[in-house]
Amino acid sequence: MNQKGFEPKIIGFLCTWCSYTGADMAGTSRMKYPSNIVIVRVMCSGRIDPTFVLKAFQDGADGVLIAGCHPGDCHYINGNMKTMRRYPLMVKLLEGFGIEKERIRLEWVSAAEGEKFSTVVKDFTAKVKKIGPLNWSVQAGVSKEASSPGLKEARL
Amino acid sequence: MTKPKLALNWTASCGGCEIAVLEIKEKILDVANIFDIVFWPCVMDFKYSDLEKFKSKEIDLCLFNGAIRTSEHEHLAKLLREKSKVLVAYGACACEGGIPGLANQFDKESIFQRVYVEIPSNQNKDKKFPQENNDMPEGKVQIPAFYDTVKSLKQIVPVEYFIPGCPPLEKTTWKALETVVKGELPPVGSYLGAGDKTVCEECPRKKEEKKIKRFYRSHLKLPEPEKCLLEQGIICAGPATRSGCEGACLKANLPCWGCYGPAQGVVDVGAKFMSALASVIDSDDEKEINKILEGIVDPIGTFYRFGLAGSILRRRKISQEKKG
Repeated sequence: MNQKGFEPKIIGFLCTWCSYTGADMAGTSRMKYPSNIVIVRVMCSGRIDPTFVLKAFQDGADGVLIAGCHPGDCHYINGNMKTMRRYPLMVKLLEGFGIEKERIRLEWVSAAEGEKFSTVVKDFTAKVKKIGPLNWSVQAGVSKEASSPGLKEARL
Repeated sequence: MTKPKLALNWTASCGGCEIAVLEIKEKILDVANIFDIVFWPCVMDFKYSDLEKFKSKEIDLCLFNGAIRTSEHEHLAKLLREKSKVLVAYGACACEGGIPGLANQFDKESIFQRVYVEIPSNQNKDKKFPQENNDMPEGKVQIPAFYDTVKSLKQIVPVEYFIPGCPPLEKTTWKALETVVKGELPPVGSYLGAGDKTVCEECPRKKEEKKIKRFYRSHLKLPEPEKCLLEQGIICAGPATRSGCEGACLKANLPCWGCYGPAQGVVDVGAKFMSALASVIDSDDEKEINKILEGIVDPIGTFYRFGLAGSILRRRKISQEKKG
C-alpha cells in the first residue's frame, strides 16, 4: 500500500455547544490544525447515531472523530452520557467489521479548549495516516447499490 | 379468463420459507385456485429450462426466498426478475441476507478452509476443494461459483416488495397475498403483511423505566413472564425490529431476535439496535460501562443476526494481503 502522500479523510461530528465552539475557538485564536477533518455540526454528541459513523466509513472516510461536552457539562443534561455508553460498543462492532479501533476516537472538548481541539485533530490525523487508507468499498469488495433502481410502480 | 401465474423459488435459505408458505394451511388451496403455480422447485418438478421458455414478464408474481450466495442464485434472481411482473423478496434471507449473511464475516477462502479441511469429522488429507470446472470421464462438469460475499436479493436485481420474517408468519404471508390478489398494490419498496412500527409496539409485556447493570444473553437468565425483557437485562432486538409478528417470541418468553428486519425508516438495523441497547445502561462511569458491555459477547452476531448482508458496511473487510 502506498502511504506516501496519503492524506486521510476524517469526519468530525462535533456537538454545537462545546466542541464546535471549541473548534471555533481554535480558529479565532489562529491555532493550526490539519485540514483533513471535515466537521459536521450536530446539536448534541448524543445525536450521533452509530448509523452516521458506519455511513461515513462506507462513503470513504478513513477516520471518525466524535467530540462532545465534558461529562456533566451537557447542554441537554445527559446527552453525552449516551455517547459515552454507545462509544465502546461502536468500537467493538467496528473491530468486528475489521476496522481498526484507531480509526475512531471520542474526545471531550469544551468551548474554551481550542488548543485541545487542535492537538486532538493533529494527533488523530497523524495516527490515521500511519494506519493508511481504509477505502471501504474496495477493501470489502462491495460497491454501493441503490435499492430498487429503475422501478417506479408495480403492475400486475 | 386465465389465472395469474405464480412462481416460487429458493436460493441460499434453510427451506423454512417454503414451509412457511404452506403454513397458511387450507388457504393454500385458495392460492392454487387463484393462481396458476408455474414454478416451485421445492414442491414440484421443474427445470430451469421451463423457466427460460416463459416470455418476458409472463409470470405475474414471484415469491423469492433466500440470499444470493453462488452464481446459480444470481442467475435465477436475474432470470426470475426478467420473467416476473412483480418480484417479492420473501423472508429475512431475501430481504436482508438473513442467517446466511452472517458468513460475510468471512470470505470464500476461509469458509472453504473451515468446511473442507478443519472440521474434525472431515477426512481431506489432500486438501481438495470443489472446483467450478471439472474434467470427468463423462465430459466437462460445471458447478456454480461460490462468492466471497452474500448479498440480499435487492442488491442483485430491483425488487418490488418485501415480506419479512424468519420465516414470515402465517398471517404475514396471507395478508401479503391478499394485498396482491385484491390488486391494491402499495408503492414500490413497501413491506407487505408486516407493520411499520417496532416490535415493542406490539409486545404485550409491561414496560417501565429501562436501567440495567448487566446484560444477559437469553440462555443465562430465566425471564420473568410479564416484565419487559430489556428491563431485565436480556438482550432483545424489539426496539429496532419491524412489527408484524405481534411479539410472537416475547409471548413465548423469548427475546426478539430481529427476524422482521429493520423497522420503518431504519437504515442500518445493527446501528439502531446498538444505540437502543447502549442507552439503557445505568452507569455514568467509563469503567463500569465497559464492564457492563462485556455482557455483549458477539456484537455482529447480536446486532446483525438477520441483517449483515443488507447493512451499511455489509461484510467484514477482506484482508488485502491474502488477496494479493
